[in-house]
Amino acid sequence: MSPDRLSVTIAGVLLIAFIVWFFWFKRSKGTRAAETSGGYQEAMILVKGGYTPDTIIVRAGRPVRLNFRREETAACSDKVIFADFQKSADLPTGETVPVELMPKEPGEFSFACPMGMFRGRLIVE
Amino acid sequence: MNNTNPLGATSAGTSSGKPFEQIELRIGGMTCPHCPPAIEKAIAAVPGVTSVHVNLASNTARIRYGPARTKLADVLQAIRAIGYVPGTATLRIPIKNMHCSSCSIRIELALQMTPGVVHAWASLGTNAVDVEYDPETVDFGAIRQAIEQAGYHVAEPKLKNQADLLDPAEAALEDEYRTLMRKFWFAAVITIPVIALSYPDLIPGLRDWMPMGSGTRRVVWALLGVLSFPVMAWSGSQFFSGMWNALKHRAANMHTLIATGITAAYAYSVVAVAWPEVFPDPKLAEVFWDVTDVVVALVVLGLALEIKARGRTSQAIKKLIGLQAKTARVLRDGKEIDLAVEEVLAGDTVIVRPGEKIPVDGQVTTGASAIDESMITGESMPVEKVARDEVIGGTLNKTGSFRFRATKVGKDTALANIIRMVKDAQGSKAPIQRVVDTVSGYFVPSVMILAVLAFVAWYDFGPEPRLVFSTIVFVTTLIIACPCALGLATPTSLTVGIGKGAENGILIRSGDALQSAENLDAIILDKTGTITRGEPALTDVVVIAKGQAENEILRLAASLERGSEHPLGEAIVKGAEARGIGLAEAEGFAAIPGHGIAGRIDSQDVLLGNAKLMRDRGIATQSLEADWERLANAGKTPMYVAIDGKPAGLVAVADTVKPDSKAAIEALKALGIEVVMLTGDNERTGRAIASQVGIERVLSEVLPEQKAHEVQKLQLEGKTVGMVGDGVNDAPALAQADVGFAIGTGTDVAIEASDVTLIKGSLFGVVTAIEISRATMRNVRQNLVGAFGYNVLGIPVAMGVLYPFLGILLSPLIAAAAMAFSSVTVVTNANRLRLFAPKRIA
Repeated sequence: MSPDRLSVTIAGVLLIAFIVWFFWFKRSKGTRAAETSGGYQEAMILVKGGYTPDTIIVRAGRPVRLNFRREETAACSDKVIFADFQKSADLPTGETVPVELMPKEPGEFSFACPMGMFRGRLIVE
Repeated sequence: MNNTNPLGATSAGTSSGKPFEQIELRIGGMTCPHCPPAIEKAIAAVPGVTSVHVNLASNTARIRYGPARTKLADVLQAIRAIGYVPGTATLRIPIKNMHCSSCSIRIELALQMTPGVVHAWASLGTNAVDVEYDPETVDFGAIRQAIEQAGYHVAEPKLKNQADLLDPAEAALEDEYRTLMRKFWFAAVITIPVIALSYPDLIPGLRDWMPMGSGTRRVVWALLGVLSFPVMAWSGSQFFSGMWNALKHRAANMHTLIATGITAAYAYSVVAVAWPEVFPDPKLAEVFWDVTDVVVALVVLGLALEIKARGRTSQAIKKLIGLQAKTARVLRDGKEIDLAVEEVLAGDTVIVRPGEKIPVDGQVTTGASAIDESMITGESMPVEKVARDEVIGGTLNKTGSFRFRATKVGKDTALANIIRMVKDAQGSKAPIQRVVDTVSGYFVPSVMILAVLAFVAWYDFGPEPRLVFSTIVFVTTLIIACPCALGLATPTSLTVGIGKGAENGILIRSGDALQSAENLDAIILDKTGTITRGEPALTDVVVIAKGQAENEILRLAASLERGSEHPLGEAIVKGAEARGIGLAEAEGFAAIPGHGIAGRIDSQDVLLGNAKLMRDRGIATQSLEADWERLANAGKTPMYVAIDGKPAGLVAVADTVKPDSKAAIEALKALGIEVVMLTGDNERTGRAIASQVGIERVLSEVLPEQKAHEVQKLQLEGKTVGMVGDGVNDAPALAQADVGFAIGTGTDVAIEASDVTLIKGSLFGVVTAIEISRATMRNVRQNLVGAFGYNVLGIPVAMGVLYPFLGILLSPLIAAAAMAFSSVTVVTNANRLRLFAPKRIA
C-alpha cells in the first residue's frame, strides 16, 4: 500500500472513531428541576438546535412544569412530544410554553420533536 | 336569614376609598328556592359584609361591604365553599413591555386596586396577566385602562384565544417560506453561469478560450468561486447554523450532512484554483462550485416546498379554530350588548339572529331555528332546535332568531375541547413511530461514517483520478441521505388523518388509537343508545274492531297519556302528534301504579294498561293476545286499550333502532369485522333487535358492571376488540377494549375513557373511524417504505456500489435533486389523505 493510501485509510478510520465517540458516546449529567413554592418542580428548556438542558431530573409524585422557549424557526422543532405522558405542546418561536406533567413512577422518559431529531430525557427519581 | 337593610338605603359606591362598596355578583348553580338563604348566610358571615340580598330570579347577589375590612376574594371563596359558582370571569391579557419581576408586581397591584377585579396574576413566563374579575362591575376596557395607567400596554387589541395562538406561528412559517424562496432564486441565478463555465472542456468555444492549465481558466474559475461564496454563505446559511446548533448538543441532522457535503465540494475547488500544483496530475485540479450551488439551490427549494405542504396538513385544525366566534350578543340588565366572546359567562342569555354564529354552548330558552352543525358533527342536514335543545358554539344559525342560556364558555365549550383533543392527538405518536425514532437517532452519524468509508475505499481501490472520484462519492453520499423524509413519514400522515376524522365528527384521541383501530377483529355494540335511539317511541297500533280507525285508538290513548309523566306515555303522545292527531282533554284521570291509567275522554271511558289491569276490570283480552305476543316477541312493549269496558286495541312502544344502524353494521361486516351486540335486556328482546339489524352474536342480560368482563372474554379469544358505548355507564368496558368508541351527545365531547369519540350519534362514525384509520396507516406505511427504500437504495448507489458492475456513478447534482424532493414527496403523499371521503349512506 502506497503511503498516501495508508495515510488516507488511517485518517478515515480515526474520523469514523471520532464520529462514533462524538455522537453516540455522550452522557449528560442532567439538570435538577428547581422546586417552587407552588409545589411545582420547574425547569426552563431552551429549544435551539436541541434542548438545553436535555436531561432534567425530577422527583416522582410531584407535578413538573417544564417551560420551553424556542429560539429558532426550523420546522422540526415546532412541537415537543412527551410520548409516555400522551402530552404535546406547540412551541411558537419566541414564546415560553409551559408543559405540565405528573410523573407517578420513577424511570426515564424521553421527549422529542415530532421527527425525533431533537431529544431530551426526563429522569424521574 | 335575611339581614339586609332596605336596599334603597344603601349607597352604591364603586370607587375604592369610600367606606362601603356595593357590588352585584352573578351566582351560578342556584336551582332551588332554598338556595338564596344559604348563600346569604354564607356571605354575611364574611367579616365586613354589612348586607346581602340574593335574587333567585336574576341569579345575582347584591352585597354591601366595607373594602377596608373585606376582600372580594373572601366573598367569592365563601360562595364557592357552599357549592355555588360565583360568576367571575377570568381573562388572560398579554402585556407588551413587562420585563422584570417588579413590573409584574406593579401590574398585579394596579389591577387589584381596580374595583371589581378579584385577583390578578402576572407572569413573566407567559408575558401575560390573568385577571379574575366581576364582569358586572368592570369590563375589559376598564382593566385595560388600569394596566395602561400603570405604564404598561396590552400586547394586542384582540384578546388572546386559540386563533391568536396559531397566527404568529403561521406568520413565522410564511416568513420562513419567503426567505427560503429568495435564497433559492439567488442561488438559481448564480448557478446557471457557474455550471456552464465549470465544464469548459465540454463546450467547444470555451475549450479553446480557456484551455486546461491556462491562466484564463484559473481566473474564470476563481471568479466563479467568488460568485458561489454568497450562495453557500447566505442561501445555505441555515445548513451551517443548523449544524452548529446540533453539534453543540453532540447531535447531527440533515443540516450536518448538507453543510459537510457542500463545504467539502467548495474546499476542494478552492485548493484546485489556489494551489493547483499540490495535485500530482493537472487533471485533478477541477472545481465543484456547481455542486455547491446546485445542492444549495435544490435543497433550499425543497425546504420551501415542504413548508407549504406541511402547512396544508394542519388545515383541519385551522378550520376548527376559525369556527370560533369573535363576539356574542348578550342580554345584561335588560340591554343587548355586544361582548368579546371571552367575556360571556355561563348563565348569560345570548341572542342569536339568522346567519350568525352561535358563540358558546348552551340551551335554547326561547325561539326556534334550524342550525347547521356540519362543521362540528359532520352531519350535513341542518338540525331543528326548539326550547330546551342544546346548541353548540361555532355552529351556524340558519333560519330563525332565538335566545339561549350559555352553559359552557371559554375553555369548556365543545369546540375548545375538540380543538384541544385534536391538537393533542396530532402531537401524539403512533407505536409505529417508535421504530422510526430509534432508527433516526443513529441515521445521520451512520451516513457520515458510510461517506468516510466510501471516500477511503475509492481512494484506496478506485480508478484514477482517485481523489476526484473519492470526493464526488463522499459529497454525493452525504447529500443523497434524507433523514427528513424518514422523520416526516409518520407525523404528517397522522396529522392529516386525525384532522380528517375531526372533519367528519370523529375525534381520535391518539396515534395509538388510530393504529389500533386499523386491526380490529370484533366490535361490541352496546344496544341502548348505540344501535337504538335509547328512548322509547310509538311503533304499532292494533285495532280489534273493524270500522274503528287506528288514529282514533291512538287519539284516545294519547289524550289519556297527556296527563301522565311516564316515559312510555310521552312516547305515545309524541307518536300521536307525529301523525298530526289533535288531542282531547281527559276528565277524571287516574294513574293506577304498576298497571296503567284510566280516564274519560269525549264521554267515553278509556283504559290503557297491561293485562292485569284488563283482568281486574273484567275486560276480555283473548282476541288481542296473539297480537300482544307477536309485539312482545319483537322486543316491544304492547299496552291494551279498552273503551267503555270493551277491548279496543293495542298500542306498542319500543326503543327503536336508529335509521342507519343496520347499514352501518353491514358496512362493519363488509370491513371484515365481527359485530357483537351487548345488552342488559332479556334474550328475547335482545334477539329481536339483533335480527332487525343483522347481528348474529348477542350477549344478553349483561349487568352494567359485567360489560368490561365481556370485552375481556372476547379478547381472550385472541381478538382485538373495539367497544362502542355511551362513555358514561360503559366507561370501564371502553377502557378495557383495545379501542373504545364513545357515542357523544351534543356538547359532551371530552369523554375520558374513550379512544375515539363520535360527535354525531350515528354508528356510521365507527365505520368511518375504521376507514380513516386504515387509510392513514396505509399512508404511513407507504411513506415509511418510500423513505426507507429511498435511503436504503440511494445511499449505496451514491457510494458507488454499482460502479464496478455497471459503471454507474451518481452525480451529486442528481443526488441533490433526489434529496430535495424525497421529503416533499412524503408530505405530498400525506396530503393525499385529505381527499379521503367516507363511504356512507346519507
